[in-house]
Amino acid sequence: MKWDLVLENWELFANGVWMTLQLTLLALAIGFCIALPCGLARARRVPILNRAIVAYVYLFRGTPLLVQLYLVYYGLSQFDVVRDSFAWPILREAYWCALITFALNSGAYATEIIRGAVETTPEGEIEAGLALGLTKFQVTRLVLLPSALRRALPQYGNEVVFMMHGSVVASVITIQDILGAGRTLNAKYYVAYEGFLTAALLYMALTFVFVMAFRGLESRYLKHLDIELPKRRLLPAAMR
Amino acid sequence: MDQLLAYIPLLLRGALVTVSLAVLALILATCLGALAAAGRITGGRIARAIVTTYTTLVRGVPDLVLILLIYFGGQRAINDLGAMLGWEYVALSKYWSGVLSIGFLYGAYLAETFRGAYRTIPRGQIEGAYALGMRPVPTLLRVSLPQFIRFALPGYANVWQVLVKSTAVVSVIGLEDLVGLANDAGKSVREPFIFFSFVLVMYLVITYVSTTFFEAMERRYALKGRHP
Repeated sequence: MKWDLVLENWELFANGVWMTLQLTLLALAIGFCIALPCGLARARRVPILNRAIVAYVYLFRGTPLLVQLYLVYYGLSQFDVVRDSFAWPILREAYWCALITFALNSGAYATEIIRGAVETTPEGEIEAGLALGLTKFQVTRLVLLPSALRRALPQYGNEVVFMMHGSVVASVITIQDILGAGRTLNAKYYVAYEGFLTAALLYMALTFVFVMAFRGLESRYLKHLDIELPKRRLLPAAMR
Repeated sequence: MDQLLAYIPLLLRGALVTVSLAVLALILATCLGALAAAGRITGGRIARAIVTTYTTLVRGVPDLVLILLIYFGGQRAINDLGAMLGWEYVALSKYWSGVLSIGFLYGAYLAETFRGAYRTIPRGQIEGAYALGMRPVPTLLRVSLPQFIRFALPGYANVWQVLVKSTAVVSVIGLEDLVGLANDAGKSVREPFIFFSFVLVMYLVITYVSTTFFEAMERRYALKGRHP
């Protein structure tokens, strides 16, 4: 083991961590913006939209992220329409392809999480809001969403960790994220363990940071609820 | 589209590689998960510490990192060992590296599923069986196991769905599975979109078939009468 190689190339890994964090957090943010209206529309069974959203969620949750990424990055360039369009400068970049794919993927998972949380909101909370004379929109904004989103926190925390883990496939299309940095190190010095082990440790560390952050959020925003908080939970137990 | 039709037999063989890899990995993960859960429930302090380390560390690492580590790191380890003992060059199989990595990874998740399901079985039932004079093995097989399966099935089905999708990343080390073959073929005939769309459809078919299967299993092990 030549750990001094890792220390000498610390900037490579620092940039990798930054790239992974950036891709993950941006994808989660855009995904959340997709998921909020989609989740509400699903919970309220909005006629045509509901079907369309079911199809979107099924497609993205039922297939591997790597194949989705290949389809966007390699697949779209097959069409001349895409190559000649104004979007080509964006769609030819690996970074933007990864971000678009991850955002759509995370949006599909988050849609289901939000739908579940909205559907399990006690009817009385909504009725109380309406009885106080709030409009439907006000009830959604002031009663439904604050109540539903905080109950979605534990599951959303899982989604955050799995999005971060899922983002490793970005390294396959040449993006220098954490794993990309590890692969570069291994290729440059012709070593087999150092790059991958460092990457594994960095992903593990990031996972703990995210899990801790969500545990903090949960103990703050779920305090009023009479449920047992998962104190001993170190890592997400449920899967995507 | 004609190109795709010509390649369908090849891609279906790739799908067979994907599915068989997933099933073997699931078997390995089930064994590891059961062993880890048993160690966590009945083991002493050392066994529990080993299991906790395994489930905690492994669940913090993404699938692709583990696969690359086991495939390339394992090859280097075999080479070093071979040089020491004077073997011929032994090449690590991509297929088995994939089975090993994915099985090892999802064993950690299944350990949690199994432990949770075991804890849900009411203690009184096992005590009741003993009080009626049942021996430990029949108690396990006829009282604990049917309920354990009922509680573990939803989580188990969930892990399987994620595991299947995880097999796609084994193509990164050059395995000729569904994704790897579609990648090569799609690029060589310059129709990657159509080929990857076919892969998506294949994965949806696998997901659909396994959902149907697990739903049937859950109905089979459900409490009769309570869930019509």
